[in-house]
Formats: sequence, C-alpha cells, structure tokens
Amino acid sequence: MKYNANEKGYYGQFGGAFIPEMLYPNVEELRQNYLKIMAKPDFKNEFDQLLKDYVGRPTPLYFAERLSAKYNTKVYLKREDLCHTGAHKVNNTIGQILMAKHLGKNRIIAETGAGQHGVATATVCALMGIECVVYMGEIDIARQAPNVARMKMLGAEVRPALSGSRTLKDATNEAIRDWINNPVDTHYIIGSVVGPHPYPDMVARFQSVISDEIKWQLKEKEGRENPDYVIACVGGGSNAAGAYYHFLDETDVNIIAVEAAGKGIHSGESAATSALGKVGIIHGSKTLLMQTPDGQITEPYSISAGLDYPGVGPMHAHLFDSRRAEFISVTDDDAMTFGLELSQLEGIIPAIETSHAFAVLDQKKFKEDDIVVINLSGRGDKDLNTYIDYFKL
Amino acid sequence: MNRIHKKLQEDKKLLSIYFTAGYPELNDTVTVIEKLQENGVDMIEIGLPFSDPLADGPTIQASSTEALHNGMTTDVLFNQIKDIRKTVDIPLIVMGYFNPMFQYGVEKFCAKCAEIGIDGIIMPDLPLAEYQEEYKAIFKKYNLSNIFLITPQTSDERIRQIDEASDAFIYMVSSASTTGAKSGFGNEQEDYFERIASMNLKNPQIVGFGISNSDTFTAATAKSKGAIIGSAFIKTLTEKGIDGISHFIRSIR
Repeated sequence: MKYNANEKGYYGQFGGAFIPEMLYPNVEELRQNYLKIMAKPDFKNEFDQLLKDYVGRPTPLYFAERLSAKYNTKVYLKREDLCHTGAHKVNNTIGQILMAKHLGKNRIIAETGAGQHGVATATVCALMGIECVVYMGEIDIARQAPNVARMKMLGAEVRPALSGSRTLKDATNEAIRDWINNPVDTHYIIGSVVGPHPYPDMVARFQSVISDEIKWQLKEKEGRENPDYVIACVGGGSNAAGAYYHFLDETDVNIIAVEAAGKGIHSGESAATSALGKVGIIHGSKTLLMQTPDGQITEPYSISAGLDYPGVGPMHAHLFDSRRAEFISVTDDDAMTFGLELSQLEGIIPAIETSHAFAVLDQKKFKEDDIVVINLSGRGDKDLNTYIDYFKL
Repeated sequence: MNRIHKKLQEDKKLLSIYFTAGYPELNDTVTVIEKLQENGVDMIEIGLPFSDPLADGPTIQASSTEALHNGMTTDVLFNQIKDIRKTVDIPLIVMGYFNPMFQYGVEKFCAKCAEIGIDGIIMPDLPLAEYQEEYKAIFKKYNLSNIFLITPQTSDERIRQIDEASDAFIYMVSSASTTGAKSGFGNEQEDYFERIASMNLKNPQIVGFGISNSDTFTAATAKSKGAIIGSAFIKTLTEKGIDGISHFIRSIR
C-alpha cells in the first residue's frame, strides 16, 4: 500500500487537480518545479536554517509525566506549539515563501480561517519583504480580531471574503479568484494539505519535519524510532500530515486522526468529515467533503475555527478509506474539557484544535507500555476568549 | 452532428448568452430561454448554480447563491426544461461546476441531458486529462460536446491539445480574470485574439468574459466566431427582470 501522492497527485482515488483552465499555468508551473526546487541544496540549506534559527526547531518531544500517569500509558507531546507564531503552520509558510522566491513571484496571497495561517504567512512575507494579501471571511475577521491585528502589524493586507458563508471556505474561494486575476506574479500559499495537486503533497513535505524529528527524538529517549500511536487533530490536516508522514508505511505505528464533532456528529453542527462527508470536489481536489445530496458544499461547525473546514486533505481521505488511520471524532465539550486538563496537568494551554486530540486518551484504552505521541500542534493564546467564555473564567 | 455543429456552420457571428438557472425566480428558467430565442440569440448556456463558483466574479456568484436559495437543484433544473425542445430549437449547453454533476452521476447526468436535448456541457473545473481518461466515452455516447476553455496564459502546445480534444468550439476566455471582472479589451487582448486566429485551429472559437455591449461584442468577434455574454446579462435580469431581456439583446447587435 502506498500512502503518498502518485505522480498525478492521487492518493488512492483521492486528489488530482480539478481546476479551471485559468489556474492551469500557475498550478502546472508549480507541479513541474516543486520537487526540483525542494531538492536544490541552496533551497534545503535556507529552509533548514530558517526552521532552526527563526522557527526554533527542532521542537521538543516532551514526555508528559503526569498525563502519562493519569492514563497509565507513555504519552509524548510533540511541541509544535513552541514554533514561532504559535503553531506548526509556519513550517509550511517558510517552505512556500522560499518556493515563491525560486519561482520568481513577488506577491503572496493566502486564505485563513482562525488567522493562524494568515499570521504565519504575513510573518514570512515580512521576513522576506514580499507583498502579502490575506483573505479572511468577514465573520472570522470579527471573531479573531487579535490575529487580524497581528497580520496588519506584520504589514499584510487583510481582505474580507464577503461571499457565501463568509468563513474559511469562502476565504479560500476568494484567494483562488485572486490568483485567477493575477496569473503571473503571484504565488498562493495554501495553508493546509488541501487544494489541487501539487499542494497536498508539497505542504505535507514541508510539514514532514515534524515526524522526521519525532523519529530521532524517540530513538534518543526510548531506543526506538516508531511509537505505537501517533495522534493528531485534522481539519484540512496539515499538522496531522506532518506528524504521520514518516510513519505512513510503518505498519507497526497506529495512526489516529481526530476530527471535530462540534455539537455531535448528528446534531447538524459538526465538522466530522469522515463520518458526514462523501466523495466530491472541493478547492480543486477530489476528497471527502460535507455536501448536500445535490453536491452543494455545506458549512461545517466546530468551536475551533481551525477545524471547521468542510473537507479533509486527499491524503487523509485515503487514510480513512484504506483504514490505515483510525478516525475518531470529539465534541466541542470534550475538547474544552481535555484542553483544561492538559493545562492543569502539564502547564500547557493548547489551541482548541489541538485539545480535540487529547480527548482520545480518555476515549481509547492504551496499554501501559504503549508509546503514544500526540502532536501538540498549537498553543492556546489565540483561543483565550473562547476558553474564557466557555469556562466563565 | 448536433445543434451546436449546425449553428457553427451559419455564416454569421454568434451571440451566446449565459444565465443562471432559477434566477431571478426559481421558475423563470424556461421563460428566460424562450425569450432569448425569441430575441435572436444563437445559443444559450444554462448555468447550473454551485455553492462555490471559483471562476466567477460577484455578479454570477450572487445569482448562484440566490438561485440555490430559490430552491434550484440538478433535478429541479432537468424537470423544468424537460419539454424545452417543444419550443426551443437553438443549441443549449449546460454550464456549471463538476461537483454537482459528479454527485448526480456523470453517466446519469449525460443521459438526462441527451434525453432533454441538451447539446453540450461546459464544466470549467473538469480538466482536460481527467475528461479524456475518465469521461470522454460517456460524453460521446450521449452525443454531448464538451467545451474547453483557453486563456491568454494557455500555451500554444496546450491549445493544440485542447483543439484536438474538442469537437464543437473552444471557449476563449478573453483575459486572465474571473467572470464580470473586466469590461473592454486592450492591446493585450488584441494580440491574443490575433495569436489564436493565426493558429488555424480546427474548432472555431467563441470569446467569453469581458463582453457586455455592442462595442465589446464587435471587438470580440472581429477574429472569432462569436461571443458569450454572462455577467452583463445577469445584471440586466437583476435590474430589470425578465422584461429587460428584449431590449438588452437587441442592443448587442
């Protein structure tokens, strides 16, 4: 079984590049060049250097002693929350800004939901002195004011997406429309393992530094590279893709993907795509997505803005379809409860997206000597208001 | 040979109109088609609305949202136009995005189109390679012409491939833009029109995007077989309703 993209960008039956002809030259240019550019020594050197000195990698693999004691298993946390800008998102934006430079592009566009990817993109654009436009749903702009302010401080222009439901899906549509209207000088930095080929594969490769580090860090601590479980939350799925990447073909590693059930899978307010989605086309990719019987894309719901995407990346659709990964969905309430528990047991306030992954420790039974790695994809600073409202702090 | 092929043989510049099915009101679809024919339009693209129309600007987006809100679905559209061939004989093309067609079932969708008397399909996000490998045989089986788009950025090599894969006309997008984004043509378009005309493609070209009135229609068709008007027509429907159709069409040529 092969779990990575083939040369046409397919993961099993999922993936491909379902794009209008207007996007073809840009996507094709990227497709023909991304692997070559990533293999260039000067690209690799600059990427590695920036991840080390600017992002702060390697991020620690931390043995969570009190959490382990509570669940009677060995829990390690991959501390992506300690990356510059507060989440794993920056691994990808560093890679893509360098890609844009190699392609000779001088303008960057991006979409953002909660604002984390927007901030990570604005950050690298400031670093490189490149013009940056971030599309963000009008509703998200109102919900995520601090991140909007951060992007503006970093010199980015934040453009409201006024169409459709005015959230992440629509911000992505607007970014794609911008790219159609600016086909020569602009690179679109997609924030997750979604979109037309080669984006899912390229973003997964940039994020694969996470599992690359887990391997050698675990070897140092436990004398073996492979854990028994790798757990990550999945919205579009970029942190999960990075955490799974080097374990995909290691069948002794169990992969668990955690989706947002919102108010419950059958509540009508959920983002559990594997349970509620059907095969379809979203943002240029054939994947599992939430839609009406008529093929209209529906609006998902989750308390965490980073997980309310109506699809999953094609890699994850394939991991689900092939049963390589186990998909578990976690409600808003459980995510909040286990986010609080992590804060109080380990002194780490996680992003609400990440909090979903911790509920698995309770939902699933692990053996005492199991090594369970949870990808702690982001920190909770951005979610303080939601935590305050929820817990009446 | 279907109605598109016959129409393309006529010795005139063709005027094709795009409109969103179920807009402005759900049950306006047939009336709009009939009125367009009455007023001398040569061909119609019936837009099947989609929640996430990536290649469309604000005007067609808004009409799509409204049509969906009105209750338009693939089944509703097919049901509305099931008897359209009793009153309309100009070529009819269904234009939309691939996901609703994919959910309906590509073969079932094509069979239904053939049963109704639809002549062609335009799915901008169904790429050439995918079409040829997966769906070409189905389109052929039901005698449906699949219309591909080209843009000023499309390479000559790819235009040749698209020409080879086409059997009716090529939808020539006038500029790098979403629908309704630009009006009028500059030197860049003139060069592009000239370049395509000089390629001597086997399929005629019909220009779309940026055509909104008589002047732009004339400019777009100077070197091509015809032109498609979408957003400007939708604006007319929004502002003047069904009653505005006649005046608008007669103002074009």
